[in-house]
Amino acid sequence: MIKKIFFQFIFFNFFYLKEVFATESGGMPQLNPEFWVSQIFWLTLTFGILYLVLSKLILPKISANLELRKSQIQENVEAAEKQRESSESKLKEYDEIISKGKIEAKNIFKDSRDKAIKNINIKREALDEQINEEIKKVEEEIIKLKKSAPERINKIAIETSSELLKKLIGAEVNNSSISAIVEDLSKKDGDKYYDN
Amino acid sequence: MAANPMTQFEVYRIGPEIKIGTFDISFTNASLFMVVSSLAILIIFNLGSKKKSVLPNKLQLLAELSYTFVSKMISDTAGSKAKPYFAFIFSLFMFVLFCNMFGMIPYTFTVTSHIIVTFMLAAFIFIGVTIIGFIKHGFGYLKLFVPSGVPIVLLPLIVVIEIISYLSRPISLSVRLFANMMAGHTMMKVFGGFVISLGIVGGWLPLSFSVALTGLEILVAFLQAYVFAILTCIYLNDALNLHH
Repeated sequence: MIKKIFFQFIFFNFFYLKEVFATESGGMPQLNPEFWVSQIFWLTLTFGILYLVLSKLILPKISANLELRKSQIQENVEAAEKQRESSESKLKEYDEIISKGKIEAKNIFKDSRDKAIKNINIKREALDEQINEEIKKVEEEIIKLKKSAPERINKIAIETSSELLKKLIGAEVNNSSISAIVEDLSKKDGDKYYDN
Repeated sequence: MAANPMTQFEVYRIGPEIKIGTFDISFTNASLFMVVSSLAILIIFNLGSKKKSVLPNKLQLLAELSYTFVSKMISDTAGSKAKPYFAFIFSLFMFVLFCNMFGMIPYTFTVTSHIIVTFMLAAFIFIGVTIIGFIKHGFGYLKLFVPSGVPIVLLPLIVVIEIISYLSRPISLSVRLFANMMAGHTMMKVFGGFVISLGIVGGWLPLSFSVALTGLEILVAFLQAYVFAILTCIYLNDALNLHH
């Protein structure tokens, strides 16, 4: 139903429009030459002024501004390129310095280690010498003691044996005879007890 | 009820009648919108070119984008020789574009929907291009009508066709713009009339059509200005760089 009304409306509308075209208007207003001259005149005037102002005043400004920006961007790009290059060279320098420093540090380390080792060696040798000397001394002393030890023991043995004899038999025995016996004994067995 | 869709194209006098000799050059609604369009262009581009900042504001960006757009269009179609005609083509493109766009506002008048306006522009372009061609190439410009590589038997026919096509350039250029603008605005008016006559019941369909058509017409308004400018560039290219 609504559809029917709708299409009737459209149909009548066309009909109505057709009637309007036929009665009211004499065709296209564009083809009415009444204001043609006026339109040509105003078109020439406005478009002429528009063209003159745009070409003489405004467009040069815009193009100058565009050029300015272009050159400025170019400059900035160049500056950035330069800075990049300089930073790259600086980075290289830095790398070089660092590698140099590393090598130097290595050398210093090596030198100081060598020195330290040398020092240690010298000191060790000195110490070794001292120790050796002392060992020698001690050994000599020991040898001396070793040499003197049997005599003393003999002495003690003579004394103790003379004392013993005194107490046992109550008579004085000649020291020299006792010492002869002790020496004889110590010569026989002393080596067994006092030798290393 | 539904007004005649052609009444929107009627020209009427605003203010007093001005006459020079027998010619009536009164200020009309057409003149008003020519002035309005030109003023709008001048104001926008003046504001857009005022500040010389490296980082552009919106208007400056608009002006510069339009500049590079037209500049690229010219260099693409007519080459570097067309540089001196940049200002003309730029003003032409902007004038047609703004007239078309102002016509899209309801209750305004579309300057470019009048054949006399578009024909004057096209005729000026045609005459100008022909003069440029003859200045640049002398009578060699007539070689334009003699394409190379055509069999001699066909040559007379081809030359006639070329001459006719050359002479019909202003007509095709002007009628294309005028007919597009007129047809679009008439159609919108007709659909607008349907909305009222069908009322709340059936008016929605033509209303939606009207909305869609508005979008389409805005596209057409831009496209026709672009076509007008680019055809001018192509004609200029023929005159500047004789290919045949």
